[in-house]
Amino acid sequence: MISDPFTYLGDLLREVLVGLGLTTGQAAALIQFLGAGALATAVLLLTFLLIWAERKILARIQDRLGPNRVGPYGLLQTIADAAKLLTKEVIVPDGADKLLYYLAPPLTVMSVVGLWAVIPLAPNLIGSDINVAVIYLISIGAIGTLGIMLAGWSSNNKYALLGAFRSVAMLISYEVPMVLALLVPTMLAGSMGMVAIVESQRSMWFVVLAPLAALLFFTSSMAEAGKAPFDLLEAESEIVAGYNIEYSSMAFGMFFVGEFLHGFTLAALTVTLFFGGWLGPGVHTYTWLGLIYLLLKTAVVYFVVVWVRGTLPRLRIDQVNAFNWKFLVPLALVVVVVTAVADKLATSVGWGRTPAMLVANGLVFLGTLVVMQRYGRAQRLKYEGRAAMAPEPAGAPRP
Amino acid sequence: MSDQWLFIAFILPLALFMPALPIALSRMIGPRKANPVKNSPYECGVETVGDTWVQFKVQYYIFALVFVVFDVEAVFLFPWAVAYDQLPLYAVLEGVLFIAILAAGLVYAWRKGSLEWV
Repeated sequence: MISDPFTYLGDLLREVLVGLGLTTGQAAALIQFLGAGALATAVLLLTFLLIWAERKILARIQDRLGPNRVGPYGLLQTIADAAKLLTKEVIVPDGADKLLYYLAPPLTVMSVVGLWAVIPLAPNLIGSDINVAVIYLISIGAIGTLGIMLAGWSSNNKYALLGAFRSVAMLISYEVPMVLALLVPTMLAGSMGMVAIVESQRSMWFVVLAPLAALLFFTSSMAEAGKAPFDLLEAESEIVAGYNIEYSSMAFGMFFVGEFLHGFTLAALTVTLFFGGWLGPGVHTYTWLGLIYLLLKTAVVYFVVVWVRGTLPRLRIDQVNAFNWKFLVPLALVVVVVTAVADKLATSVGWGRTPAMLVANGLVFLGTLVVMQRYGRAQRLKYEGRAAMAPEPAGAPRP
Repeated sequence: MSDQWLFIAFILPLALFMPALPIALSRMIGPRKANPVKNSPYECGVETVGDTWVQFKVQYYIFALVFVVFDVEAVFLFPWAVAYDQLPLYAVLEGVLFIAILAAGLVYAWRKGSLEWV
């Protein structure tokens, strides 16, 4: 019981349910239902803590105190905010498409909560160990984009529609390097199932085998989550607020539940795919340790997400798209090809997987640096040449 | 395997229903004082002109088209990646050729200027 409480609890529940007169199949289905309810509730309640943590960390980065009035260390601030939002009026603008208008916020949250169904939380503890989990991740994640499009479209507001259009242009663009980066763990593990991916990292975490793929996945899923420096979704200085201008009250709040949760979820996915998930010392004797390892690793990655958000300024829309299509996508293609070829060559030559992968990734990294340096120099020469050719304005003070 | 999908069949409607609940609750306990000014589309105080659902510039759709190309590519590449361990070097090179053809498509779109944000 102490070594594997999750299996123990599941078996106990099954025995009780069968004892109540259900068939084994009904009991199993009911347990699945209860598990799904528990997971969704836990994830949504976690948001309360996440919003507080993100605000607190951001505040410290910006040399502020952050929420500190409501409850100890301001921990209850989010609950107070939620209570305030609940008592506000839900405004539906004239001419809005009501059904889609109400559907968009829950859809956004669903796209994030649904991802947790395939994240292995501990050995023997996973919502659903399907064999196409990686494709499931991509498809459910794409529903979030749909939610944003619906919100912008149904609001009957030009700013909302404009914001939705540019968000969608950005989000679908960043899906390409994310999908390509996901190919690498799939290739290394030889499976699309998340449990298989975690299990195959027992000898070596994939972040060591494929550091560039990990970085690509992390960057592009940060864009998917709409975290700064990719937070064009709510560029208040350019398009008032983006796709959610017309939303108020809890309908507005749900978009933010989705956004804050997405930050943590992307950290959990990065940990599962590249940092060994629940793997850690002693995890097979005491399976509950797996959950703690996963949460600890996720917390560290999540801190990096918030750190990046607090450090970098927002990019312009053309920069964001150029960065994706002219840098991330070609790099992702190269990484996939190099990983595939290097691993095969290494096995035929007799090298180990780890050194071969490290050397291959190092070479790609160096090549990228050289290309970027060349490009930067060419750009600089272009601009300096233009500045030298421009006529000097008369009477300009010499520096 | 089918009971694995059962979990997903449960969690997705639940994940849709749970966020809908606070919205319904807030509709119930929140005030409801609609008036024409409040319900008009927000545009920094200026009255909105014409229809919202107008034609947009084609740039957005070109990005969408390039995206579709690469997304379909991924669908073809995932089976290849799953079977990677059993593939001989020659089959891997075939996959590389497939990626190269797509990369040529990217280069074409780049040269055409479709990737510029105007």
